[in-house]
Amino acid sequence: MLIFIAAPLLLVLINSFYVTASKFETVETESCTPGIAGEICVTELRTRPLLDEDDKVIRQTRYVGLQSYRNVLELEKAAGFLINNDFRSILTIDFWKALRFTLTFTFITLPIMLAAGLGIALAVNMVSERFRGQIIFVSLLPLIITPVIGALSIRWLFIGDGILTAALEMILERDIAMFAQAWTVEVLILFYRVWHIVPFAFVVLYAGLQTLNRDTLESAIIDGASRWERVRYVVVPYLMPLIVFLTVIHLMDSYRVFEEIVGLGAESHVISLQWITYDYLRPDDAGNRAISRASASAMLTMVGIVFILALPLRQTWRDYHPRRK
Amino acid sequence: MIKKRALAALAAVFVGTAAHAECAFENEIEIRMLSASFPAWVGVTDAMKECGNVEAELNNEFLEKMQEGFAAFPPLYHIGGLYGTAIVPLMDANLIRPLDDLVEKYGQNLNTNQLIKVDGKTMAIAMMVNAQHLMYREDILDELGIPVPSTYVELFDAAEKIQASGKVDYVFGGNFRTAWLEFVNMYLGYGGSFFDAEWKPTINNEQGVASLETLKRLTKHMDPEFLASDTTYTAQQLQKRKIAMATLWASRAQAMDDPDESEVVGLVKPASALAPEAGMIPAATLWWDGIVIASGISDEEADAAFRVAMEGLDTEMALANPGAAIWLIKGYEPGKYADGAIATVANGARPYPASSQMGLMQSAIAGNIFDYLRGEKDAPTALADMESDYIVSAREAGFIN
Repeated sequence: MLIFIAAPLLLVLINSFYVTASKFETVETESCTPGIAGEICVTELRTRPLLDEDDKVIRQTRYVGLQSYRNVLELEKAAGFLINNDFRSILTIDFWKALRFTLTFTFITLPIMLAAGLGIALAVNMVSERFRGQIIFVSLLPLIITPVIGALSIRWLFIGDGILTAALEMILERDIAMFAQAWTVEVLILFYRVWHIVPFAFVVLYAGLQTLNRDTLESAIIDGASRWERVRYVVVPYLMPLIVFLTVIHLMDSYRVFEEIVGLGAESHVISLQWITYDYLRPDDAGNRAISRASASAMLTMVGIVFILALPLRQTWRDYHPRRK
Repeated sequence: MIKKRALAALAAVFVGTAAHAECAFENEIEIRMLSASFPAWVGVTDAMKECGNVEAELNNEFLEKMQEGFAAFPPLYHIGGLYGTAIVPLMDANLIRPLDDLVEKYGQNLNTNQLIKVDGKTMAIAMMVNAQHLMYREDILDELGIPVPSTYVELFDAAEKIQASGKVDYVFGGNFRTAWLEFVNMYLGYGGSFFDAEWKPTINNEQGVASLETLKRLTKHMDPEFLASDTTYTAQQLQKRKIAMATLWASRAQAMDDPDESEVVGLVKPASALAPEAGMIPAATLWWDGIVIASGISDEEADAAFRVAMEGLDTEMALANPGAAIWLIKGYEPGKYADGAIATVANGARPYPASSQMGLMQSAIAGNIFDYLRGEKDAPTALADMESDYIVSAREAGFIN
């Protein structure tokens, strides 16, 4: 715990307060690169990092306090928009745009996943035992696919006149461009995640159903409970610990939504918090990367997850530590 | 197509192990190379392998690996194969060695324009150049009696006519998933400059606004999914008769005539990149690809690495892979697929202005241009945001105070 969780977290936290940069001098440089027949020489100003005696670049680390957090959150700018009641413009600031999508994504996929998982589990539970094995196997397939590969497939199925877009166009008899606006891309991402995660919910809940006490169900039937009432008052309460478990896992998992955005190539329309961290961390062509801001954004993501998990975890805590009355 | 490639790869494996004889010398020292991954590099590394004891890793995420690999002790790679802008961080950190003495010893067959010189020192050997330029459907333009456009003003006129004719779904295609590069090209076409002498940004000006507006006007003639459109997608649109014109990399020209993947064999012609307006230079930049040698390896290793590299970049290799690139190699005559790039250079296109600051600027542009193209910011706001994002990262990196 100490080495693998606490130490890295602490390092990221420390990183977010410091910025490391090289020292530079600006020099006039002539550089020659090829044209097609001849060469093209350009004389221009260029920065050159200063080197120490060992020919290593001199690096300086300085304490910047909360500056990196400020740069990620851009609070002043957001406040400026807020004062003018310009809510749309807040969503042009990367962090707030990503937060909006991440939360939407998390809270839309959660109920769909639970409902669909429970529905399939109940349905499979009623199928004759002979076919159950096959049905379970087939419905687990989406879970096996690597998210990046799945997202890439979705991209090629839907982009331009991809097979599925063409099929939709034929059914609806209108021109469809899934990648032309943000909301359709979001729908694709949501759809893909639900498709990917429902089997997991199904398997967990199905396993839970197997241990359901038949006697309780039968007495409910004798008491005249309808099918819906049996699910509502017997099955769901019995499965509640599993549902909380699924909720917690899913909240953690979907708050760091990332693969879908990279795989779909959706960053021009939709970004998530995790994608921002990746974007800061990824070196550009000249090798620059914003480690400090990446750390700050990672810390903010963690704070967000803790915040979101607080509610279900508190509930579970209370269930297991009932107050004495 | 895939089958064909697989067969070719298989053949390469067998040829590679069997035909040491084609290399001019027997290499005794183990040489490892890391390069980007596209057909030109496959040709080069296969030719190097003929010398024996050469191990090549082709990976499009090479940038990160190369820096770490060259900085390790001893370096994990002897030779690096990269595109021009990637040389900056390696040079800044002193990870690549000057090649002048090696060029003198073994570089008799190199053209002078293959030597990438920084302050008089040869830091890399270029093997090919690439540029984005216009590709157009000759049959459509001929039929409608439209001359090949040379500026965006002419293009917009032509676009109206082509749209009206209904011959294609959309008139134009471009790699707007990397819209930052389109902006850089357009802005340079308008004659803009990115920084002042103190590395402060200078893009929030008339040229910046004009560049953004031209790009936005262009998107009106494009597939509505333009923000997700990358090079492969654009090339496919042209190959599948969906569009009449596109801005594409020269290296994609040959694929237009590949009957396995194209429906427009013989109909697509390359032309110079378009200038924003008459009298301006083309909105395009020149890129080169080439090799560098790690500074941390011993002189004997560097010697062997360079000799192996020269075998990889020889005339034989270029003649065996004529369509893979616009080679700079002696004995190679650029074919018809290079016409667009040649015209672009002749019209005054400049090399890509690679620098550490430009890397930060790219990210700042990329972070704001989509909001502009989607209509969520106006041009001056987008440019101001690009500048402020650049300033934040340039402060962190220590370029400005």
